[in-house]
Amino acid sequence: MSKKYGVYICEGCGIGEALDVKALCGIPEEEGVPVKTHPFLCGKDGIGLIQKDIAAGTNSLVIAACSRRVNSDIFRFDGCIVDRVNLREGVAWSHPRSEFPPLTEEQKADEDYFDRVQMMAEDYIRMGMIRVEKVNLPEPYKLETFSRNILVLGGGIAGMSAAVDAAKAGYAVTIVEKSDSLGGFAAGVRKQIPVSAPYDALISPIVADKIREVQSFSSITVKTGTVVARIAGQPGDFTVTFKKPGEKIPFDVPFPLPPEMKVDENGKELDVEKQAELYKTYNEGRNDILTLDPDGEKFGAVILAAGWRPDDLKEGDYAHLGFGTLPDVITNHQFEEIAKSGKITRPSDGKPAKSVVFVQSPGKDQSDSDFPYAGSVTSMVALKQAKYVREDYEEDGKAYIFYQHMRTPGFSELFYKGLQQDPGIFMTKGAVMEVSKSGDAMMVEAENTLLGEKLKVKADLVVLAAGMVPATKDDPVINLAYRQGPGFRDIGLFNGYVDSNFICFPYETQRTGIYAAGAIRRSMTMEECIEDAAGAALKAIQCLESVNRGVAVHPRSGDMTFPDFFFQRCTQCKRCTEECPFGALDDDEKGTPKPNPTRCRRCGTCMGACPERIIGFADYNIDSIGSMVKSIKVPSTDDYTEPPLRILGLVCENDAYPALDMAGLNGLSYSADVRFIPIRCLGSMNVIWIKDALSQGMDGVFLLGCKHGDDYQCHFVKGSELASIRMKKIGEALASLALENERVAQFEVAIDEYDKLPKMINDFVESIEALGPNPFKGF
Amino acid sequence: MTNDKAAPASGSMMVVGGGIAGLTTALEAAEVGYEVLLVEKNPYLGGRVAQLNQYFPKLCPPTCGLEINFRRIKDNPRIKVLTLAEVEAVSGGPGNYTATVKILPRYVNENCTCCGDCAKVCETEVSDTYNLGMCRTKGAYLPFDMAFPARYVISPQIIGTDDAEKVKTACKYDAVDVDMQPKTVDFSVGAIVWATGWEPYDAHRIDNLGFGQYDNIITNMMLERQAAKNGPTQGQIVRPSDKKAPESVAFVQCAGSRDENHLPYCSYICCMASLKHATYIRAQYPDTKVYIFYIDIRSPGDRYEKFYNTIKQDPGVILIKGKVAEVSEDPATRNITVVAENAVTGEKIHQTVDMVVLATGMQPTAAGAKPPADLAMNDDGFFINDYAKGGMFAAGCANKPADVISSNQNATGIALKAIQTLVKR
Repeated sequence: MSKKYGVYICEGCGIGEALDVKALCGIPEEEGVPVKTHPFLCGKDGIGLIQKDIAAGTNSLVIAACSRRVNSDIFRFDGCIVDRVNLREGVAWSHPRSEFPPLTEEQKADEDYFDRVQMMAEDYIRMGMIRVEKVNLPEPYKLETFSRNILVLGGGIAGMSAAVDAAKAGYAVTIVEKSDSLGGFAAGVRKQIPVSAPYDALISPIVADKIREVQSFSSITVKTGTVVARIAGQPGDFTVTFKKPGEKIPFDVPFPLPPEMKVDENGKELDVEKQAELYKTYNEGRNDILTLDPDGEKFGAVILAAGWRPDDLKEGDYAHLGFGTLPDVITNHQFEEIAKSGKITRPSDGKPAKSVVFVQSPGKDQSDSDFPYAGSVTSMVALKQAKYVREDYEEDGKAYIFYQHMRTPGFSELFYKGLQQDPGIFMTKGAVMEVSKSGDAMMVEAENTLLGEKLKVKADLVVLAAGMVPATKDDPVINLAYRQGPGFRDIGLFNGYVDSNFICFPYETQRTGIYAAGAIRRSMTMEECIEDAAGAALKAIQCLESVNRGVAVHPRSGDMTFPDFFFQRCTQCKRCTEECPFGALDDDEKGTPKPNPTRCRRCGTCMGACPERIIGFADYNIDSIGSMVKSIKVPSTDDYTEPPLRILGLVCENDAYPALDMAGLNGLSYSADVRFIPIRCLGSMNVIWIKDALSQGMDGVFLLGCKHGDDYQCHFVKGSELASIRMKKIGEALASLALENERVAQFEVAIDEYDKLPKMINDFVESIEALGPNPFKGF
Repeated sequence: MTNDKAAPASGSMMVVGGGIAGLTTALEAAEVGYEVLLVEKNPYLGGRVAQLNQYFPKLCPPTCGLEINFRRIKDNPRIKVLTLAEVEAVSGGPGNYTATVKILPRYVNENCTCCGDCAKVCETEVSDTYNLGMCRTKGAYLPFDMAFPARYVISPQIIGTDDAEKVKTACKYDAVDVDMQPKTVDFSVGAIVWATGWEPYDAHRIDNLGFGQYDNIITNMMLERQAAKNGPTQGQIVRPSDKKAPESVAFVQCAGSRDENHLPYCSYICCMASLKHATYIRAQYPDTKVYIFYIDIRSPGDRYEKFYNTIKQDPGVILIKGKVAEVSEDPATRNITVVAENAVTGEKIHQTVDMVVLATGMQPTAAGAKPPADLAMNDDGFFINDYAKGGMFAAGCANKPADVISSNQNATGIALKAIQTLVKR
């Protein structure tokens, strides 16, 4: 596109009062770029002014007014490149003239005086101008082949529900189930917990109806006795190889080399060729991830509903409960199997089990935690199973539930309440200390119960409330043919569940186009699974439609840009492949990355990671930001006797930048010697920008981003963490410039911590002041 | 833009309620490609979560997610947002509804630049509803810092007064329009999602817990506002009677919930909320003791359990299984004594503290004001979804008590249910 520039400066909201707008106009004028000012640019008249120029061919606009976070609809001009220069929140409001007085007439006449705030505004205009010069309008990425079909892994209640929900919206779905029939654990229950008023009786299993519903859709294909050998490709264009469980085939997914195999005996990393060789041996008989299965089936998105397995309680110390030694101490799952097949009897001798003790919490009186992976489901299951005892032995059946906390959140409380009326069900808080053999039966000893300090109950059967272990705890399940490996990353944080880290965004995973539903993401009741499945189906559909439009999915939903690689200069260092939080890149044998644009979330982490700086986006790249940095004027002693410092702040646009805006809105002021540049994520921060800044004489650089660690807040998972690693390594580069480490820093700030920003910024500025100016200044 | 052409929009939907559930339903549907009208009765979006200081268990600020959601709205031309708007009537059926929406005057038009000059000159102060009436705000106000839309509001209370004229004159951008009138507009939509959310249960109704009677008994939502930097105490947790830092705080769990006389169900969030509140207090006042009186600690799921286990380690947080039966005030010190029976030991506990926080539960907004639509409701005012009938659905806490995570799961799924109705058409 041939660019025609225009700069528009708003004088409203205090900008005109705070700044010498005429002088600002001088900057574009000097470059021969037309500039217009308006007292109220976002008003009809102001917009009209811009639109008139657009009609006359202007297509690259610098709007110097308020923050880009506001009036975004008003200053949106389709087909034009727009940069919003933040003179209001970023300059005028955060640098009130009461604290940063303008120059007096006398001072103006003396060339050794300068106006810090005016300098700031001038720099920002220059930065905006160079940015529109350096960026381009994005064009959407279109896949050559596109499939709208949805693959559902798992034919249990969650998988079937997801399939039906997607089918009802008009999508073709394939369900893959590893066992020989649909239904999963839902098919193995005698009854279910009630889900509507009056919550007083158990309901019949719904699984048969669900299976019938699945079968009623011609758009749903069911493959039982089948698992996924691999899923290759990217959203909109996945190539999936199926196989029978246990089968070994060439399209089984290869695994990445474990870290210990990547190094020699001295711990030194092996070279690329050696690693490639080892990888081949390690994955003998399996095709590389980049080999596409010619017979594979095409899918656009995946719903992972592979569910759970009952915890067999092999891990953990449950000897005091007689588990493993007493035959009539069983898990809740084993109890359900007994209940499903007939009346409740004891495994040891097949006699009726009329006195059943349910143990919810195994920790004696040391811990009030339930069994691992319990969630609140095991509380509800115990209530349900207690009811079975009463159903089977109405006259003399007795069920005892010992719990530390009865977990029946929401409406399930009503079911719990109903059960309290049953004279044969005894429920009490209590620590179960021991289960021992006692004659023909067992004795359960509990302490600190609501019914007494010590309690002994004779039991025919003891049922332990074992939890639901997500399938992903044992196996990657999705078997992605991705260079980063076949499974989900970092799910250790969630104890193996494929859960989202984000409270606001429960369907986020680190693998685009793959959405978890049901008990694989958290212990859930069937009702919860069904609900969750609908959400996962929506996300799968949304991903397909977004891919088809060539736009990104959450959190940069609608973004049309995607990373572009200049491969001639790639040195095969693999950093982009390794650092991408979403596993969007695969590399070949030599280590050259193969981008998969529809896996990409457009955070720019690859761009930040690349030492050769060959990755960029149409509107965001090394050059666009680098040029902004270079456009900042760095005054030296040639200009002034005591030149002001120049400090660069690279700011995460998602949280830190809004926080800066809030500081401005609240009239909190901070140093006028800092220049901020918003970036997509700190992960996209390339250290070259820091080097650029320092080598042109800027005195310090800091990053502002979000909290990292286990409770990370980064919308792109690893941005601020990766940035901090890069910052640690920057020392060498600084040493080569003979600069102090302290000139660069990274600060964590949450979006609501705007009140902390002024101190954070000013303290850094002071620390730089103490170091003295950058010796490169003026060169 | 390429965005729009390929959209398979075979209809549009209306989402009533711009809290986190409504926002989620609206955005998720719009990002599939459907047209969405989002109707919110407040002058801002975000609902209850906008009033929260932090989310449990991550202790992260809700504005972080709201900011992303607001950006999604700004970037998506398929969503139209109406604030200060309420649905007056709904006619028609699935695939073909007419919704009559009444839009109240904001008295500020699109010229507003958010410069704040109007608030500076306005002398009248009105009750600050964003802060639950715990403080007052100018009659011309921005509901809160990060409010979206970022536009001032003029309280109807100053219309017709001198202040209204002052405010109008102060605005350099002709954004104040004191003659703005309510208007009623009809919209045709194929599906309607009710995400009308919840209200904190009115603690005045719990006779034995002294709310409204003793100053130093507050509710959990009030504590949330106190802890928030943009709240009435700028983030300082203080006891109301003397604004002093409390040296001891008691939390009364199930204040109204799990109680046949009030809310029979469990409100899902209050245990986790109080544990979170304990972290607020302990972070602010390392010597303050926190007593939590509970029936059961409901921290369902691995992540919540982990959070509970962490807080349990804090010697300054004392958890007592026992329901608080009565409270009393010492008129001299204004301290509160709570009386509870330790359910395990049977001993009667009298604990005197500086301040009491009632962990009140959630009551569906619709329990107080049933929407003018043919919707099935349970006895407590939650909507019952009828998926077979389709067309209209409830999402989030209008459907059942839930935390933010499950509410958003629900709201995402409901977007698909609404789409299914549109596809059928």
